[in-house]
Amino acid sequence: MRYILKKIASTLITLLVVSVVLFMSFQLISGDPATRMLGTSATPERLEALRAELGLDKPLIIQYLSWLQAFVRGDLGTSYVYKQSVAGLLATKVPVTLWLAGISFVLMCALALPAGVYTAKHAGSPTDRVLMVANQVIMAIPPFFSGILISWLFGMVLRLFSPGGFVSYERSFWGFVGYLVFPAIAIALPRAAQVAKLLRGSILEEAGKNYTRTAYSRGNTTSGVLYGHVLKNAFLPVLTFLGMSLANMLAGSLVVERVFGIPGISTTLLSSIGNRDYPVVLAIVMWIAVVIIVINLIVDILYRVLDPRIAEEG
Amino acid sequence: MRNKTLRLGLLSLALALVTSFALVGCGKGGSTNAGGDTSTIIVGTTQDIDSMDPATAESAATREILFNVYDGLVKPDTEGNLQPAVASDWTISPDGSVYSFTLREGVKFHDGTDVTAEDVKYSIERYRDSKTGGSLVSAFEAVDHVDIVDDTHVDVVLSEPNTDFLAYFMIGITPAHVDDLDANPVGCGPYRYVSRSPLENVVLEKFDDYWDPEGAAHIQNVIFKITTNTDSIGMELSGGSIDLFYRLPETQLDQVSNDFTIYEGTMNLVQALYLNNSVKPFDDVRVRQALAYAIDPQQIMDYVSGGKGVPVGSSMYPAFEKYFMPELSDTYAQNLDKARELLAEAGYKDGFTFTIQVSSAHPQHIETCEVIKEQLAAIGVTANIQEIEWNSWLSDVYTGRNFEATVVGLDASALNAPSMLSRFTSTAGNNFINFSSSAYDDTYAKAYAATDEAEKTELYKQCEQILADECASVYIQDLPSFVALNKRFTGYEFYPLYAQNIATIRPAE
Repeated sequence: MRYILKKIASTLITLLVVSVVLFMSFQLISGDPATRMLGTSATPERLEALRAELGLDKPLIIQYLSWLQAFVRGDLGTSYVYKQSVAGLLATKVPVTLWLAGISFVLMCALALPAGVYTAKHAGSPTDRVLMVANQVIMAIPPFFSGILISWLFGMVLRLFSPGGFVSYERSFWGFVGYLVFPAIAIALPRAAQVAKLLRGSILEEAGKNYTRTAYSRGNTTSGVLYGHVLKNAFLPVLTFLGMSLANMLAGSLVVERVFGIPGISTTLLSSIGNRDYPVVLAIVMWIAVVIIVINLIVDILYRVLDPRIAEEG
Repeated sequence: MRNKTLRLGLLSLALALVTSFALVGCGKGGSTNAGGDTSTIIVGTTQDIDSMDPATAESAATREILFNVYDGLVKPDTEGNLQPAVASDWTISPDGSVYSFTLREGVKFHDGTDVTAEDVKYSIERYRDSKTGGSLVSAFEAVDHVDIVDDTHVDVVLSEPNTDFLAYFMIGITPAHVDDLDANPVGCGPYRYVSRSPLENVVLEKFDDYWDPEGAAHIQNVIFKITTNTDSIGMELSGGSIDLFYRLPETQLDQVSNDFTIYEGTMNLVQALYLNNSVKPFDDVRVRQALAYAIDPQQIMDYVSGGKGVPVGSSMYPAFEKYFMPELSDTYAQNLDKARELLAEAGYKDGFTFTIQVSSAHPQHIETCEVIKEQLAAIGVTANIQEIEWNSWLSDVYTGRNFEATVVGLDASALNAPSMLSRFTSTAGNNFINFSSSAYDDTYAKAYAATDEAEKTELYKQCEQILADECASVYIQDLPSFVALNKRFTGYEFYPLYAQNIATIRPAE
């Protein structure tokens, strides 16, 4: 119970700090929503009038407090640019990123876990070597490049999907998921390579420990030792990385969303920064902060389940 | 616990494989528009819409889309002449202070109601009101009042005479009974609004009761798809995600497949090295002229757009046939000796260093800066190029006037000479280059007040001449514009100002 209270308190403090820093950073970048909205038709009088209308003429501290007050009540405010509620706007963007993250995560695990176990079990074999080299190469390819490569290969050569032809889930759910598989590959591949490498290394390390020798001496087969004893311990360090990856995916993949033209939260965040649409920027950054904190919390709990010793220490 | 991890791994593997293979098949459908379907056209646009309400729509990218939804009292044709629309006829009082419109009968809004004289009065008054109107307020402030003469006649009375005002009546007539046009857009144009999703698309459909059978739409559905990543346009066109893209960069031309027709026109803007006339050394006309003598627009065009583009010598682009003076682009034919001489006279024998601030969102302008930098090096002038974000450009350079030089393209918000020339009067709120010339102010005022068409045109031309002689900025070109249209369709037309008229596009067969 105390653990949970402590976590909640630290979450709230983190969110508060993030929002204050963000609010101050708005002051550092030049231009404000008014200059953006008026564009080249701006005159000093019209700028002033619009700033007053948006409440930008008030002191920063007042602007912050009124935002905070609304935020606490669950009101995310209204987008300057789209003139609709931020909550309503994000309700159409967050699911896109959620699905993309979900598919990417499943793909990543599906590729990495078997590959990691297999290469560890057959360490030194030709298959292992080939896979490890492939791994290095994949890790070295940045997602924007693999994104373009995937667009070209699956879109232009194999014609499995049409690049940029994102389908909204409201129009066709399967078309939507079918499109997201390809960007998900671009997100999942480099991380899968990292996870596989991590898992392989971790298994090999555990395999050299005393308890493994004991297990062998009790007459277990290689598979028996691996799946029965080693894997559980070897999985702990990988778990952290999986958690981090999931948090990153949920926070949105800026590059991949852009390359594939996906209107998820990264695209929204980027265009909202460009538009100086502060309420939207704040809401998305808060969302990212919450996601990262919650995932860390889940990883923490999983750790305790997998290794009760940690809970005792905590 | 024993085998749970493994089982989890295997399960997820199986799941992922099944889903991905099952879905690859479905991916083919989607929003692509391959095949012979001509009932829907997908139009790519690089900027999101800022408002669906013509009163608050600011960007050109938004207005060119709204052109399809809202019809005004008058409507431009492809040559830039104003044609009757909601008004079937009009007369302008000789002094230019009263505009009398005869309304066309049987014009309907998208919600089925008739366009009435009240709607016309309401619309014009709304554009004038600083609470509801946006950038149009400064123009419509000149309207003193609107009189409804009878059901089909409306008089618009200006507070001061202006024979150039007709162009502003292009702006859409909207129904008095609709409150929030941004959320619920209702106009009387050839297409009606269906839906909109921020950062995704705007969907329109053909309006069956459009007043003009000749200007009516041919294609049932239009999807304006927002594509912020210009690097992938070539792929999206070839892959079938976009049928029409009207701001195609020259560099992407060779990536577009044979399934597309490329139309070539101009962007309708004046690209120049705009100089801040109130900072040293650009407050000296000789320095400005020296730069103009050193810069060769042709080389810029060769580098930036494969030799295409039209040279301009003042603040007017070729589509304004009546006012455009092609001869002005010869005012400063490249002459390095002359340039050095002028610099020496102004006291900059050894040259000087300055900074060009340019928007990072406009690759053509950045490339132009690179050529300028090279050309100025030949006369000992060092130009540093500083790329800044568009919003910073708007606030620092344009609104704040805190810059030495910038490269940008200026366009017209209405089809009349003032929209290109009024900003250079010394007191204009948008005179961001701080140009100040009493001769210019006088000539402009005379031109604005003139009622005789020939005299007026002549005076506006004199204004252009002054800008060229004073070398207010180093004028470069009207950039070329490339449009790619899938060969299933035909009929794209260029307009002399921001308008993308989808109604002219029809199936190819």
